[in-house]
Amino acid sequence: MKIIVCIKQVPGTSKVQVDPITGVLIRSGIDTKMNPYDLFALESALRLKEEFGGVVNVITMGPPQAIEIIKEAFMMGADDGVLLSDKKFAGADVLATSYTLSQGIRKMGDFDIIITGKQTTDGDTAQVGPEIAEYLNIPHVANVLKILEVTNKDITVEMDMPETVEIVKIKFPCLISVEKDIYQPRLPSFKRKMQTKNKEVRVLCLKDMEDKDEKKYGLSGSPTQVERIFPPDENADKEIWEGTGDELADKITNKLKELKFI
Amino acid sequence: MGKLFIHHDLVNDDTANKLVKICPFGAIEYKEGKLEINAACKMCRICVKKGPKGVIEYIEEPVINIDKSQYKGIAVYVDHVNGKIHPVTFELIGKARELAKKVNYPVYCIFPGFQIFDNAEELLHYGVDEVFIYDYLELKHFNVETYTAVFEDFIINKKPSVILIGATTTGRSLAPRVAARFKTGLTADCTVLDIKENSDLVQIRPAFGGNIMAQIVTPNSRPQLATVRYKIMNAPQRTDEANGKITVCSMDTNKLKSNLEVLKITEKEVEENISEAEIIVVAGRAIKTKQDMSLAYELAEVLGGSFAGTRPMVEAGWIDAKKQIGLSGRTVKPKLIITLGVSGAVQFTAGMKSADYIFAINKDPKAAIFSVAHYGIIGDIYEIVPKLIENIKKEKGLVGEMPKYAAPSTRN
Repeated sequence: MKIIVCIKQVPGTSKVQVDPITGVLIRSGIDTKMNPYDLFALESALRLKEEFGGVVNVITMGPPQAIEIIKEAFMMGADDGVLLSDKKFAGADVLATSYTLSQGIRKMGDFDIIITGKQTTDGDTAQVGPEIAEYLNIPHVANVLKILEVTNKDITVEMDMPETVEIVKIKFPCLISVEKDIYQPRLPSFKRKMQTKNKEVRVLCLKDMEDKDEKKYGLSGSPTQVERIFPPDENADKEIWEGTGDELADKITNKLKELKFI
Repeated sequence: MGKLFIHHDLVNDDTANKLVKICPFGAIEYKEGKLEINAACKMCRICVKKGPKGVIEYIEEPVINIDKSQYKGIAVYVDHVNGKIHPVTFELIGKARELAKKVNYPVYCIFPGFQIFDNAEELLHYGVDEVFIYDYLELKHFNVETYTAVFEDFIINKKPSVILIGATTTGRSLAPRVAARFKTGLTADCTVLDIKENSDLVQIRPAFGGNIMAQIVTPNSRPQLATVRYKIMNAPQRTDEANGKITVCSMDTNKLKSNLEVLKITEKEVEENISEAEIIVVAGRAIKTKQDMSLAYELAEVLGGSFAGTRPMVEAGWIDAKKQIGLSGRTVKPKLIITLGVSGAVQFTAGMKSADYIFAINKDPKAAIFSVAHYGIIGDIYEIVPKLIENIKKEKGLVGEMPKYAAPSTRN
C-alpha cells in the first residue's frame, strides 16, 4: 500500500496578537510544531502500513525550517518526505496551497491513499484536503471516525455527519481526512531518530513541478486576498468588577437576579 | 496580484534589522549584508506599510479582470438529511437577503436530494426568490462527488455571484470541492459578511489562529464561496404566505456516478447539544485539576444550564469534544454565558460572542476575554465560584439538599 500523509508546521502557541495602535502583529517567538491533528493522520497511515505493508511518505509546504516536522515524521516511522519550498509559493491561500500540494504529490509517483488531519490549528479551515482531492480528481471523505476495512482496491470508513454516522466505501486512489482520536499517536522513537538522522529530505521548488506557471502559485494563484487585519472589536458596553471573592460572588448573584436568571 | 521587491541600495544594518523584526512570520532574513524574503512570507505587506520607507516595495502585476456583471444572485446551499433542512440554511437565507438587497440581486437556494419538493416549499416562507431542486435517487444521501456535480451544473447555468454554505460537517467537505472545481476563492467560518457595490463579498473571520480578525475579498474570481457556522447569523421570521418559485432542474445523470458508496447510515443518539442551550458555564484553563471541573459543572447545574469547555480542556481529556466552544468546536448563542478562567483567544470568542449576556471571571486583568465580556470579573475562580454556587442555592431554596455532583466526564 502506498500512503501519502500531508503535514504542516504551525506556530507552537496561538498567542499571536495585534498591537491595537499600530496594527502590527506582535510576534510571539518562532516556536513551531507539527500541526497536532496531523499526528492522527500519520498514526493512521503507520497502522495501515503495519497491517498491510507498503510505504508511508509525508509531504509539506513551507519555509526551509519546515524540514523539522518531516524529520519528526521519520522518527515516528515515515519512510520518505518531500518539502515544497519556494519564495514563489509565499502568500498562498487555500486554493494555491492545495494546487501546490497536488503538484508536489504528482511528483511522488502512484499512491493508493492520501491521509490528512482534520484541520490545522493556525488556519482552522479544514479545506485543503478536499481541494487537493479535487485537483487530483480523486474521491475524498472527510470526518473519518474509524477505518473499518481495507482491500486491495478500496477502503471502508465510518464518517461523521451532522445527525448521522455513515459507513462509506471509497475506491483507491482516494483521500481521507481523519478525526482527532482515530488512533492514539505514537511518540517519536529515539532509535528511529538515530537511524534517520542523516536521512535526506527531497526539497522541491517551482521549477521541479509539472506546471511551472508562476501565476498558479503563491499570492498570484490565490483568488482570495486579505484586505486588512485588525484586532477584534471591543465590547463598548461593559463593566469591570474587582474585589474580594465573596464581594464578587455577591455582585454576580445580584446581577443574575436582576437579569432574572435566578 | 503582485510581488515584493527589495531595493538593495537602501539596505543597511539598521533598515535590515528593523525589517527582520517587523515581520510577524520570520520571513525576512539578513545574512552577510544581504536581505532576503523566504517562503514563510504570507504577503501581509506589513514590511511595506510599517517598515523603513521604500526598502521593500510591493509591485502590482497586471491582471486580466473578469466581467463581474456576468454573475448575479446570492445562492444558499440547502443543508439537509433526507429532506430535513438544517437550521443553518435559514440563517444563511437571512444573510443572503440582506446582501442581495444592497446590490439588487435575487436570492437562490440550491437543493440536491430525492423526493424533496415538499421540503423545498418551506423555503419559500423565508423570502427566497427561487429554489432550484435537483431531484434524483443518486442524490438521496450526501455524497461529495455527486453533490459537487450538481453545483457544477447550477453554477454554469445560473452564474451566481456568491454562494453561502453552512459550515456543517457536510458543508465543510462540499464547499472546498466546489471552489477548487471553479478555481475560485473560499473563505471558511466567516463571522461577518457584507457586500461592496461592485459585488465583492467582504468576508471577516478570525485568522492566523490568534487574536486577529482578517477581512478577506475575492476580487477577481466568481462565484465567491463562503462558509458560515450555525448560530452566527440570524434566521428571518417565517411568513405565512409563500413567495418565490421552485424550479426543478434536470442534469446529465452520467455525472451522478461516484467512486463513493454509502453502505449504512446510523442515526446518532440524541444528545444534549450545547448549541441549543440557553445558559452555559464554560470551564477554562484556570481550572487546575479534573476534579475541579465540578466547579463548572455544579454552577451549570444550579443555574439550570449546560457546561462546556475550551480547546485546552478537550485536549487535556477533561471534557468531551462535543462540549467544546470555539472555531474547532461548537458555536453557541445562549442568553447567558459565564466563563471560568477562560483567557479568550479569538478561536474561542468567535464561537460565543453573540451571547446576550457574557460574564467572564479571570484573574488576569489583561485577559482578552474581557474585551468581549459585558461583565468582566477580575478574580480567582476558586474564591468566587464556590460562594456563587452557595448564593444561588440560597436564592433558589436549594440549601440543605446538598446534592453530590459527579465529575463531568462521567456524565457525558
